[in-house]
Amino acid sequence: MTALDDTPAGPAEAGQVAAPDEAVGARGLLRALLRNRLAAAALVVLAIFVVVAVLGERLAPYGRNEVSSADKLRAPSLEHPFGTDQLGRDVLSRVLIGAEPSLRVGLVAVGIALVAGVVLGLVAGYYRGLVDDVVMRCMDVLFAFPAILLAIAVMAIRGRGATNAMIAIGVVYTPIFARVTRASVLTVREQVFVRAARSIGAGDLRIMTRHVLPNVAAPIIVQTSISLAFAILAEAALSFIGLGTQPPEPSWGRMLADGRGFIQDAWWMAVFPGLAIFAVVLSFNVTGDALRDALDPRQRSAIESAAGRG
Amino acid sequence: MAAEPVLAVDDLRVTIATRRGPARVVNGVSWAVAPGETLAVVGESGSGKSVSVLSLLGLVPRPPATVTGRATFQGQDLVALPEEALRKVRGPGIAMVFQDPMTSLNPVLTVGRQLTEGMEVHLGLDRRAATERAAELLDLVGIPSPRERLASYPHHLSGGMRQRVMIAVALSCEPAVLIADEATTALDVTIQAQIVELIAELQRELGMAVVWITHDLGVVAGIADRVAVMYAGRIVEEGAVDDLYADPRHPYTRGLLASLPVLGDRARGGEGRHPADLAVIPGLPPDPVHLPPGCPFHPRCPVRADERCATEEPPLRPVPGARGPAPHRVATFYDLPPEDRR
Repeated sequence: MTALDDTPAGPAEAGQVAAPDEAVGARGLLRALLRNRLAAAALVVLAIFVVVAVLGERLAPYGRNEVSSADKLRAPSLEHPFGTDQLGRDVLSRVLIGAEPSLRVGLVAVGIALVAGVVLGLVAGYYRGLVDDVVMRCMDVLFAFPAILLAIAVMAIRGRGATNAMIAIGVVYTPIFARVTRASVLTVREQVFVRAARSIGAGDLRIMTRHVLPNVAAPIIVQTSISLAFAILAEAALSFIGLGTQPPEPSWGRMLADGRGFIQDAWWMAVFPGLAIFAVVLSFNVTGDALRDALDPRQRSAIESAAGRG
Repeated sequence: MAAEPVLAVDDLRVTIATRRGPARVVNGVSWAVAPGETLAVVGESGSGKSVSVLSLLGLVPRPPATVTGRATFQGQDLVALPEEALRKVRGPGIAMVFQDPMTSLNPVLTVGRQLTEGMEVHLGLDRRAATERAAELLDLVGIPSPRERLASYPHHLSGGMRQRVMIAVALSCEPAVLIADEATTALDVTIQAQIVELIAELQRELGMAVVWITHDLGVVAGIADRVAVMYAGRIVEEGAVDDLYADPRHPYTRGLLASLPVLGDRARGGEGRHPADLAVIPGLPPDPVHLPPGCPFHPRCPVRADERCATEEPPLRPVPGARGPAPHRVATFYDLPPEDRR
């Protein structure tokens, strides 16, 4: 800087809310993420699953419901690497095709929860008072139910099927986003820059969207990543009990349920879809942890200095 | 005051409901500023000086605060104005510069975006015109290579630079009144002087009224036209800056002035004051929830020359011999003899 006057920017900024250091923008964030090897591996796994979900049927060696009564319950072989199920369907093909509904339900459900939760949390935390009380008590009521029970209740009202599963899971995860958002908004709204924005005539909507929201983005991004893992798990659970994706459409949860009855004779029917769920959920969790570290400058510098010493 | 005041505050009172009861933070403050004039409101922390100006712009949340009195600005009473109308005053009418430039800029937005905010809200400028003007503003406040700076984030800038940006933000809508709330407190001394000088220069150029809120009598001595000294939410003494510094009449003002370090070396016969000689006003400002009866300063007052001090609130009255449109006034029941300054 060509400063003529001026002290260097002091350490005062180190303790600030989400002071973006090099993580300004997505590129810096990605760089920080890839420095963490576990996170890099998790991102690769997720990328593979996304490709599989997009290509779906085109990758599968057999059709989604191609039955062959001659090939029932075959063990993994070159012909059927993941074996076949009780109707002679290729498990590998169904795992590949099942990626799409599983990921889609998870993504859309978290999308619903993200939008609803962030808007509610932002409004509640920004306005406080009665709005805050009403919104957050409603969230507390939703939060008080066990997640899967609430999802089942929503599906009991709306009926079974993938679309309703998305709505149900979205409702279940809305309170978490509302809470995370509100907690961060409470600290940001007291910052001087919010008052400064108001003193220049900015209105509530502008302050909320332009000043508060970007400053609470970090915890919300982390929560999104972690919620994706749980939402995919929830979709599997709902499909497992027969409420989510409906047969004959393949879905990992559905395949687990089908495989359950044959676990003694045909372990591959349940193990491979189970492994797929495991890999995706673990990857989202690892990514979530890494994002949290990358978005928290204080923690990041601690990690870097520890790495430097090791 | 020569010209018609642009902002006139009359009997402003702010009470904030707290768990311990109502806190009377501002208790009947009146002042006025004319275009081109600089008023300094001086007092220690908790004297109500910040709250009094924040409440003018509706920046003190109501509730818990209640604000009464009048604040006349361009024919409107700011105290009675609804939020929507008040929002139009903030920026083009009255703009503020805050104390801590480290926290008064949004860390995740570029300097350019924060500068164009007011212009987008009030002037309806499109992005390009606003950016153009933002660069001019940065140039105006003395930031080198302003165009490149627009893309900087606040953490790229030093404290003094950030305060210059804040001043540019405040000036972006050409306010009639600029309120500098402890605008130099968080800066070191050389930069303080630069910022004070910058605001004085901009004032000459743009002809706005400036209200300096500060606890530091030294900062405003050179630039203020008039000074109002606040204590416990009241003005205890006011007057033209020269009158007040030459002949402070309130024991509190004298205490404040005595607590200032003065440059110069006594060993060489100068008038300097050694740090060890700096006077301290014993005690603390009163709790606004439990204001003492009478003069709010009397529990700490070394004079207490009148028995009414403890029971009656002394009104502001002209000092004997005070003249002019802004006479030297003081809130005491007695007249102190001229100060014996060693």
